[in-house]
Amino acid sequence: MSKEMRMSPYTEQMADKAVMAFSGFQADVRALQKHLSARHLIYQHQHNKQMSCPAMAQLLSTTLYFKRFFPYYAFNVLGDLDSHGKGCVFTYDAVGSYERVGYSSQGSGGTLIMPFLDNQLKSPSPLFQLNEYYLYNIDMHDQDAVTPLSEAEAIDLVKTCFASASERDIYTGDKLEMVVLNASGIRHEFMDLRKD
Amino acid sequence: MMNIDFSGLEPIAPLRESVGELMGDGIMAAPSFQIPDTIDFDGFQKEAIQMVKPAKGTTTLAFIFKDGVMVAADSRASMGGYISSQSVKKIIEINPYMLGTMAGGAADCQFWHRNLGIKCRLHELANKRRISVTGASKLLANILYHYRGMGLSVGTMIAGWDEKGPGLYYVDSEGGRLKGTRFSVGSGSPYAYGVLDSGYRYDMSVKEAAELARRAIYHATFRDGASGGVASVYHVGPNGWEKLSGDDVGELHYHYYPVEAAAVEQEMTEA
Repeated sequence: MSKEMRMSPYTEQMADKAVMAFSGFQADVRALQKHLSARHLIYQHQHNKQMSCPAMAQLLSTTLYFKRFFPYYAFNVLGDLDSHGKGCVFTYDAVGSYERVGYSSQGSGGTLIMPFLDNQLKSPSPLFQLNEYYLYNIDMHDQDAVTPLSEAEAIDLVKTCFASASERDIYTGDKLEMVVLNASGIRHEFMDLRKD
Repeated sequence: MMNIDFSGLEPIAPLRESVGELMGDGIMAAPSFQIPDTIDFDGFQKEAIQMVKPAKGTTTLAFIFKDGVMVAADSRASMGGYISSQSVKKIIEINPYMLGTMAGGAADCQFWHRNLGIKCRLHELANKRRISVTGASKLLANILYHYRGMGLSVGTMIAGWDEKGPGLYYVDSEGGRLKGTRFSVGSGSPYAYGVLDSGYRYDMSVKEAAELARRAIYHATFRDGASGGVASVYHVGPNGWEKLSGDDVGELHYHYYPVEAAAVEQEMTEA
């Protein structure tokens, strides 16, 4: 949902309602984003529609894996709205292994934020579900997505996370950019963090 | 006229990008693996792996018994000492009759199992019948052998039901491919083998087999720090696979070892 930044943004809008947040090596990430945007443009020309979120998630995975022997130094989180209008989050490692999750945090401060989110939020694990044929990108619309938070509460939680991370991680600080995705569209919010 | 199908021997993509490299990112060219421009490939791989730390650490097991194959796995992924996920799907559904398990590099397993799923489907369309477990495992083993020495890390079991009945193969990135009735793979495998070997009988019922598989995974997660999360159990029978259970091992512990009230040795008498 959001990521740290200094003066250049750490998020990039991939499709109408898909946002990629990243950490890692800037040049690699820019190259990756350029590649994905180009692929998305080709997709739009060929199919006359926006890429769906499972498709974008799989494309990112294979794109990363084709650099398996010379990896992109990029750690991504893809936030999206699925075909049912529910939010979905995909989290990746540098060589393309990915998973649909309820929430995720990556980067140098990610290891500080993640346990806090584990404590605050409860997301349904697809592993508990029985006898159902699903793949990585199933529609989880029949389940409760996450702990029911209002938008204001969710934004507050993110602000708390980053304020805390900037206290203990030297690489997190300066400014926080939040991207809020919902049915009515996409909105950016900013907050100042510690400047040291 | 019949043609022998050699497609299984072809690598899925050329190693080096041949055309289109000048055209930006080579977007229009067929996907291929970009190789670093270095003489010391091994050293480069070693350093690169250390920098990106792909997710690993696992316990998976599978065994054949009278009613089919039982497959089970934990769900933890760790990057070094950090647990990067507690909800990884390590049992990959290749098609409704075949499962693959994931140990080693998460990305390597995910990618190549997906690739195997494509190949199995194409085989089905070309031959009008499902691929055998033997065939599918060999497709994967051939691919992995092709990339041998390049740093892939895959330890997988292919379990399924085909025309000959239940099938189980172990395939790894060193090129190994073994047929067997009982396997466990991953950092927690020694612990799982201990439970599995002591409790295994060929004529178990599905219920007994599922319980054995679940207990083996639980005990492995208890002793192996790199394994944990949810113990998932799948059964493959004549009508395809079915998920039997998914239990948080934290709760399973109290299922196997219920907390008993300590015997009171001395008690304060009421005045």
